[in-house]
Amino acid sequence: MIEKLQQRVNNDAGLVRRGRYLSTTFLLEVGRTSWLITIFEGRIVSVTSGPFVMPSSSFALRASEDDWSKFWSERPPPGSNDLLALVKRRALKAEGNLQIFMAHLRYFKEALGKLREGAGA
Amino acid sequence: MSVKFEPITGRYMHLDLFGRPHRVYVEEAGEGTPLLCLHTAGSDGRQYRGLMNDARVTSRHRVIAFDMPWHGKSSPPAGWHDEEYQLTSAQYTTMVLEISAALRLDRPILIGCSIGGRIALHLALEHPERFRAIIGLQAGAHVDPYYDLNFLHRPDVHGGEVSGAIVSGLVGPDAPAKERWETLWHYMQGGPGVFKGDLFFYKLDGDIRGRVAQIDTRRCPLFLLSGEYDYSCTPEETLAVAQSIPGCEVTIMKGLGHFPMSEDPQVFLTYLLPVLEKIGRS
Repeated sequence: MIEKLQQRVNNDAGLVRRGRYLSTTFLLEVGRTSWLITIFEGRIVSVTSGPFVMPSSSFALRASEDDWSKFWSERPPPGSNDLLALVKRRALKAEGNLQIFMAHLRYFKEALGKLREGAGA
Repeated sequence: MSVKFEPITGRYMHLDLFGRPHRVYVEEAGEGTPLLCLHTAGSDGRQYRGLMNDARVTSRHRVIAFDMPWHGKSSPPAGWHDEEYQLTSAQYTTMVLEISAALRLDRPILIGCSIGGRIALHLALEHPERFRAIIGLQAGAHVDPYYDLNFLHRPDVHGGEVSGAIVSGLVGPDAPAKERWETLWHYMQGGPGVFKGDLFFYKLDGDIRGRVAQIDTRRCPLFLLSGEYDYSCTPEETLAVAQSIPGCEVTIMKGLGHFPMSEDPQVFLTYLLPVLEKIGRS
């Protein structure tokens, strides 16, 4: 499912344009499964699944499978409808160089929202 | 070409606040019982455009919203360029009372959202005689910081972009896109460090947990309305405040978020109008 991120983000011209100054690799953890997602100038160039021996990333977003599935449901319940809602409930851990995450917060919220049910391709 | 003007008029008021001259922008519409409106942190009085444009409200109320100093079209005081803006409970209280007095409002109804909802609780406790009734939107007694507030004001993160992005998820899921993005635009327009300075009050200085139960609703009726999708001031936090204050009326607004009057004015009015009607009858 996470692999769909690449096509869905890259197909959204507005999102790619807003991310044109963003080039980084971040780690996404869904429970015990992890992915390294590499972005170059707003386009996702690779989504690689773990496990990794020495994953290198600018920052990591970690939450349980249950919390991500609520976030990615078609109509997320209160408390699961936004990355910061998850952070507020201490359900999502954001760790690492968060300057990149915060400077491009709208991009990351909208990119990860692309995995929501019904978000389409 | 036909154009339409809204019934809102704006003026700049000059008054002294905290011993310094200030230039404060005040908007109003309607006639009747004064309804003084307080905007959220990092935004401005435009959040109340829905109320000011609705005849069901303005036929019986003089709706007034001012932009706090540093916000919207109000200026920061002279000397601001060498200061760090931080809102305190004492300043906020003084500001509301002084502006209300300067406008010669006779015991207005007060409505405030978020930080405005918090100061509404302070005013209900400390100055109930000054208001006919108090309506707190998204009003909680305290909010713990849940992100590093320093990201709101540093040169390598765009302040407007990050402020809009931080609060975007606080808008309820059913808000019309036009009103959602208008609400976020106000955040994106905030001056450097202003949202952060307001949150000093919201998350640190304005904690009223220890005193909120002392509010006496016999001296001033208190109504709390909170949106279901607000994770900053959650429904649970509003309900906890309401349960600790005898006589306080509370409603959780389905589908709405942290900015009810701005994100979805039409739905919000279905909750607000019965409250205004009840206040009008008493």
